[in-house]
Formats: sequence, structure tokens, C-alpha cells
Amino acid sequence: MASELKIRVNERSWTVSAAPDTPLLYVLANELLLQGPRFGCGLAQCGSCSVLVNGVETRSCVTPVSAVQGKSVTTLEGLPTWYAAQKKLAQIPELHPVQQAMLDEQAVQCGYCYNGMIVKASELLEKNPHPSEAQIRTAMNGHLCRCGTYPRIIQAVQRASRAMSEVKA
Amino acid sequence: MTLRRDFLKAGGSLVVGFQLRDALLGQPGPVVRGAVAGPPDPKQVDTWLAIHADNTATVYIGFAELGQGNSTALLQVAAEELDMDMSQLKTVRLDTNITPNQGGTYSSASIQRGGPQVRTAAAEARQALLQMASKKLDAPIDGLTVSKGVVSAAGGSVRYGELVGDKPFHLAFTGSAPVKSSASFKIVGTPVPRNDLPDKVSGKYVYMQHVRVPGMLHGRVVRPRGQGAYGAGAKVIALDETSIGNIPGARVLRRGDFVGVVAENEWNAVRAARQLKVTWDSSPTLTGSDGMYQAMRAAKTDDRIVVERGNAADAIGAAPHKVAYNCRAPYQAHAPFGPNCALADVTADSALVMCSTQDVYGTRGTLARILELPVDKVRVQYYEGSGTYGHSCYDDVAQAASLLSRLAGKPVRLQFMRWDEHGWDNYGPAHVGEVRAAANADGKIVGYEYDGWQHHWSNVETSEQLALGKPAAEWQPNPAMQVNPLCCGGMYDIPHMRLVNHHVPGLGYLKGAWLRSPLDLSFSFTSEQAIDQLAFLLKLDPYEFRRRNIKNDRWLGVLDAAAKAANWTARPAASNLSKSKTVTGRGIGMGTHLASYGAAVAEIEIDKDTGKVVAKHLYGVVDAGLVVNPGNVESQIGGQLVQTASRMFHEEVTFTKTNVTSLDWASYPILRFEECPQVTPVVVQRLNERSTGAGEEVMAAAAGAIANAFFDATGVRMMEFPLTPKRVLAALARG
Repeated sequence: MASELKIRVNERSWTVSAAPDTPLLYVLANELLLQGPRFGCGLAQCGSCSVLVNGVETRSCVTPVSAVQGKSVTTLEGLPTWYAAQKKLAQIPELHPVQQAMLDEQAVQCGYCYNGMIVKASELLEKNPHPSEAQIRTAMNGHLCRCGTYPRIIQAVQRASRAMSEVKA
Repeated sequence: MTLRRDFLKAGGSLVVGFQLRDALLGQPGPVVRGAVAGPPDPKQVDTWLAIHADNTATVYIGFAELGQGNSTALLQVAAEELDMDMSQLKTVRLDTNITPNQGGTYSSASIQRGGPQVRTAAAEARQALLQMASKKLDAPIDGLTVSKGVVSAAGGSVRYGELVGDKPFHLAFTGSAPVKSSASFKIVGTPVPRNDLPDKVSGKYVYMQHVRVPGMLHGRVVRPRGQGAYGAGAKVIALDETSIGNIPGARVLRRGDFVGVVAENEWNAVRAARQLKVTWDSSPTLTGSDGMYQAMRAAKTDDRIVVERGNAADAIGAAPHKVAYNCRAPYQAHAPFGPNCALADVTADSALVMCSTQDVYGTRGTLARILELPVDKVRVQYYEGSGTYGHSCYDDVAQAASLLSRLAGKPVRLQFMRWDEHGWDNYGPAHVGEVRAAANADGKIVGYEYDGWQHHWSNVETSEQLALGKPAAEWQPNPAMQVNPLCCGGMYDIPHMRLVNHHVPGLGYLKGAWLRSPLDLSFSFTSEQAIDQLAFLLKLDPYEFRRRNIKNDRWLGVLDAAAKAANWTARPAASNLSKSKTVTGRGIGMGTHLASYGAAVAEIEIDKDTGKVVAKHLYGVVDAGLVVNPGNVESQIGGQLVQTASRMFHEEVTFTKTNVTSLDWASYPILRFEECPQVTPVVVQRLNERSTGAGEEVMAAAAGAIANAFFDATGVRMMEFPLTPKRVLAALARG
């Protein structure tokens, strides 16, 4: 049965009414009307629904909403703010450097998988600011793209890595 | 704290106002765009574009943005003719009450068919605008110049917006206005960045899966996990509604053998669909994947001679070098990354259906039939979903949402689950290809025969079949579902040729439809290996051998460009065989999809111990005539090369005698980052040639190149794809 749950998403607190076993994805999409995380498989196989939970890429389609109570959830929409906090920037940029790089590389085709691609790449660059191409491939390997845009995603992650290393707090 | 309902009241961008529905009952009177059912009259310029007072324009386009960038490219065409900036132009979503009917967005047709229509309409508008400006400025038309929608003469200037400002042109679209010559193109032919991408990376882009309306229910369909034979559909033996009694607000809706559930809460709908106890008829209706090719080959077929020139059998029989291959190609799935979704609001006398169809007018007609409504009471709006690559489940989900909405008496949003999409797809049909070819001692191909077996596409979607008992039926034949010369030897100059199509009656097989570059990968895998083998028998370099046998300049152009991009050096195939565990090979291939010209080179690596094959670098060349946006086409070529690698190495629909068993990304794997090849896309720009398709025109060539690279590396020909480790190890063991 539904109960009142407090969750923290994109630096705001929300009280939602949901059965505790409801996957976080459905709460983000239907209660908070966020468009970043989206349904792909419901099986944690594709990465379409990825969010950051305390900075760690997490599949929201198999994560019960009750499991993120007391934790900080960041979605695609919250990445610029999350990035500004990590880098202690005075101003929140309009886009996370990974988002900007995806644009600059014109990497996107249908773009449905880009939520997960951007979330995962942002996590990667936070942990490893200068990944090798092999490290990028390994880190991103759990995220599928049906349009076949992997090569440009790799280039975009490399571009974002360069851009981020030039950013001063 | 903000809850969903507050958002809905506030009417955020996600929420589609349903006042639109009132327009369905609109009375004749002053024309308000969208007030009446379309299609609008294509012979009126106003159907195609509107000039606004702020000196911007809206271009009404009948093609769907599927992620291929055509919504940018078609605006480039309009901007060029109008002498406006890209920033001054926008387009609108496809809507059967608003946008013109340009036919479906398939066969890579948006630029091929849509480009000239948009171009001539814009030219017609420009001519009218110049006439108005000439009067206003009291200057002869010949002396006017236009830049960014501002018309200038010696004595002054006037903006388009001032001339018509949101008023209709009321001008017949004659198609006679002069269009610009390619020499003066400023925007067409340049890599303008795509206009849909900023919102796609920020999360603001509204995909179909995001659309919500007030008062809607969430629906899910309930079907057996994985389809059986198309003709058999699915039959309910027993259904226990009490089995979901513990799920709040969940209801079972049923019509015939069509079963669904709805609930206010989406997770409850998902749970209910999973939990509902339905006993399905599980009689075996299929051959099983193992017996499929044999059954297809043995089927009583409808045969049609596609090409007959000279006497191929005799020419092959008399020639010194000959080859005969029998190849097999599996069913492959569209498998859009996000399962299809639709939202329908069906009332007693009207319907509004939002979905991701490739053809809003086609879908409208089918929905009207199913809902027993007049066509003009059904309105279909297009929202982009996840890439579809052909006829995935978008029509099926739109029908299912409409049926559920009618049964529920409320708007219903329905998204398929992963197993629905994978299990009930209209797959790209399996194929058996038999090729025989021969060359003379001079290295000229003298005879070629190709026989192909496959079934046609499905013409009735599962929802209609199950709900209304409409019998399964196949499409009437068209060139995209049959053996055709463009991938079967037609690029070569061959005096004796015979191509025969064997139509396997499809009702005992899986559902079928067009899957990006339909059948072409299968044709090319078979045919290009035979061509390659003739070169091998003659001890000739496979690129040089192809050059000798091609007369057409454009085929030669793409072939040469592919060889150049890959730094091809001449040597016969399989002349560098190595005994090491890891071997590499390179191959070349040609082919396309019904139009355009494609050539590719593949460099691959094979682990002979594990049987794993990886493409290291793929080069793809497309000549699609005038390329409006070379950046988009490069992106499309890159995607096609990666998707081809995925289809050649991994993708295969599996099924037992009762049902499909490849239902998710574990049982239907696709290519991942770690195996992704480097790609080199090459666009052959031909500014003075008619535009043809570019979204699926190099996959066939790449499939052939990969197969030939395998032979170069191992000296072994693969007769079936995908080249899975098991199949590779078996082939290497046979030698």
C-alpha cells in the first residue's frame, strides 16, 4: 500500500505517496515529472533509467523508492547543479560539460539512451577525470545505444574530459 | 512538496491540452489550422508554410523526425529557397489535422520525396513575396535581393513579416516557380547542427514516452511471453480476474483474445500485467529456429522471375571459374531502445491518438477502421519515440492503447514492456539465399543467378488480430520485400543474369516487416561473398576484380572512395593467412537499399580459440546524390556501420515450436561499447543529382565487407550469420 516517503532529488526534498517497493523510475517519471530517467527494459540491462544516487550511477528501474530515502538522487536535469557543487563553481552552468560535448560532437541520433550515457559519463569523469579510450569503453559498456552512436559518444567523453580539466573553481 | 496533480493543474510542458479534441468537431468556417481533419490541400502554398509578423516562418512537413535529423535538413531546403536564416525557421509536430500528407517516413524518403516538395513550395512562396515587395518598394522584381527574410531594393527594404505577417497566402502551389541552382546554395549542402539535439541532451525533449494527460490511466497489454506463428495469433483458454484482486485500482480489460490491464498508478499496471493469471493455448505453431531454414526452403512458394537476361545457367556452366553458395540469414528485431508507447483518448464519436508512427495518415486510417469511426473523427499526432529502424510495434501499441481507452472510457497511456516489444515485433524476415556466379579467364563475370526465399510483411497488427479476430494477412509484394538487383549483382556488368524470388507463405512463421535496409544485409552477405570468391579463384585483388566488372560511374565512385578511405593495397584475399590465435582480415563489399550507392571496407579480428569476431574499423561510403546535410549523413553512415556490426555478430531472434524466446537484451544481445569498431563515414556529394536515401544505404555493403574480411582472415566462408562464437568455431573446425 502507498505510504508517504521523503526523498531528495536534484537538491530538493519531496514527499511522495508510493508503495515502498515502487521502482524509483516510476516515482521520478510520474510524480516528479522528470524526463531524464526513462523506461528501457525494467531489467537493469540497458541504462536508460540511470540516475546518480550519492554520486553512483544506479538503475532506477530496479531500485525501490524506499531504498533511496536519506540519499541524494541526481537526474539528468540536475547534472549541471551537481557538477557546479563538485567543482565548487560560483555559477551553475546551463549544461554539464558532458552534455555540451554531446552537442558539440553532434553525437545524438534518436537520443533516447542519452540520459544514461550522460549520467554514466558524468560519473566516470568525476571518478577519473582523464580516462583512456579503453577505460571509457569499459565504464560505458553497460549502456546500450541502438542507433550505433558509440564512436561519437567516446569522442564526446574525451572532449568533456578536456573541457573539464580547463575549468577553474 | 509538489505532487503530480499540482503539475497537471499547472499545465506543464508535458501535459497536452485536450481542448484540441474539441477541434475534431469543428464546424466549417474561417480556417484555423488544426480545426478540421487533414490532410490539408497540397496544392495550396499555405499548407506548406506560414510567414509570421516577427519575420520568422513555420514550415509544415509531413515527415517524422526519427532521430535521423530530417527535421533539420528539410528546414535547410526551405531556408535556402526562402533566403531566410535557419534561426528564423521552425517546424511543427506531425498531426493529421495540420501537416500535409507526404506519405510515410520510410525507404529513406524524407529528402528524396520531401525535399523537392518543400523546395518548390518555398520557391513559390518566395516568388509571391517578391511580387508583394516589388509593389511595396515600387521596384522591379529583377532588382530585388533577399537576405534573412529582408527584401531590399535601391530605394529601401521590407521584411517578409511585414508583407504577409501571419496571414495566409491564398496562393495555388503550381510547382512552376524557379528554384535555385546548386551553384548558389548557401545552406543546402552544409553540415548545419541539428535543431533537436539541445533539448535531447538537456532532458527537455518530449518523447512519446513522456506525454501525460489529465485523468488518464496507465495500461499494459497481457500476452504470452513471445509470439507464436503469425497466423495463429494467441488464444485465451482461461483468465482469472481475481488473481490481481490485491492490486489497488487495477482492472482487466478484454476484447476477444486481446487482454490488457489499466490502473491509475503505472507500477500497479505493470504489476497487474505480470500477475494476471491467463492460460494461453500453447499448441506448437512454429518450426522452431532450428528447423526454420529447411522449412522455408521446402515450402510451396509463389515464384517470380525478377530479372532474366541471356542464359545464366548455360553461361555459368561453360565458364572456367564458378562458385555456388547457399546462405542463411535470421530474423532480426527492431528492438527500439525504449519500448513503444502511445496515448489514446477514445470517446463514442472521436479519437485522439498520440504515437510514434512513421505514417500518421496511414495509422489514422487503420485506427478509424478498428474503432469504427469516420476517418475525419480520428486525429493522430506524432511524438518521437526511441529510434525505430522500421516497423517496430508503434502501430500495435497505438491500436492497443485505443482499444484500452475505448474499453476503459478514459484516456489510456500504454507503454510496452521490454518483452512485449522484443517478443511481439514485426521482425525483419529470415532469408535463404542461393547464388551461383561465374567468371571467364579474363576476370569478367559472365553469369549470375540468385534465388531468394522469404515471407512477406504482416498486414494486420496483433492488437486488431486478437481483439477483432481479423485474420492475419501478408502485404502484397513490393520490391523491398523481394529479391532485387540492387544488392544481388546489379552493380556489376553481367551479360547473363537470372534473379528469382520465392515467396514463402508467411502465416506459419513470425510476424514480419521492414527492418532498416530490408533484406539487403542478407542479400549482400550471400552475393558479395560469391563475387569475392570469383576474385579469389582468379587470384585477383577483390577491389580490382570489382572495378573490372563495373561500368556505372556512381558505383565505381563509391567503390573507389571506400578503397581510398581504407588505404586499400592490392592483394588477393586470404593471401596472408596466419597460424596465430588472433588473426585479422580485411574485406570489401557493395550494395544499397533500392536507391543510392554504397560501398564499404571492413577490418576485423578473430580469436580462433574462442570464436569471437570483432570489427576493428569499418569504412562506409554513400552516394545519395545531393546531400542536404553532410553532417547528418556522416552520422547516419556511422550508425549504420555500427548497427551492421551488431547484426552481423550478435542479432538473432530465437524461437521454439511455440514461441519467441529472445525477449530482452540478454537473450537478444546487441553490440556494446567494448566491441565497437572505429568508423569512417564518407559522403560522395553530388550537388546536381537528385537526392536519394541515406539512412540505410550502406548496411548491405558493410555486411558483405565483414563476411569477406572473415574469409581474408581465415580462408573460410561463413554461410550463416550472425557470426557467433559457436558458429565461427564450427566453421573453422570444418575448414
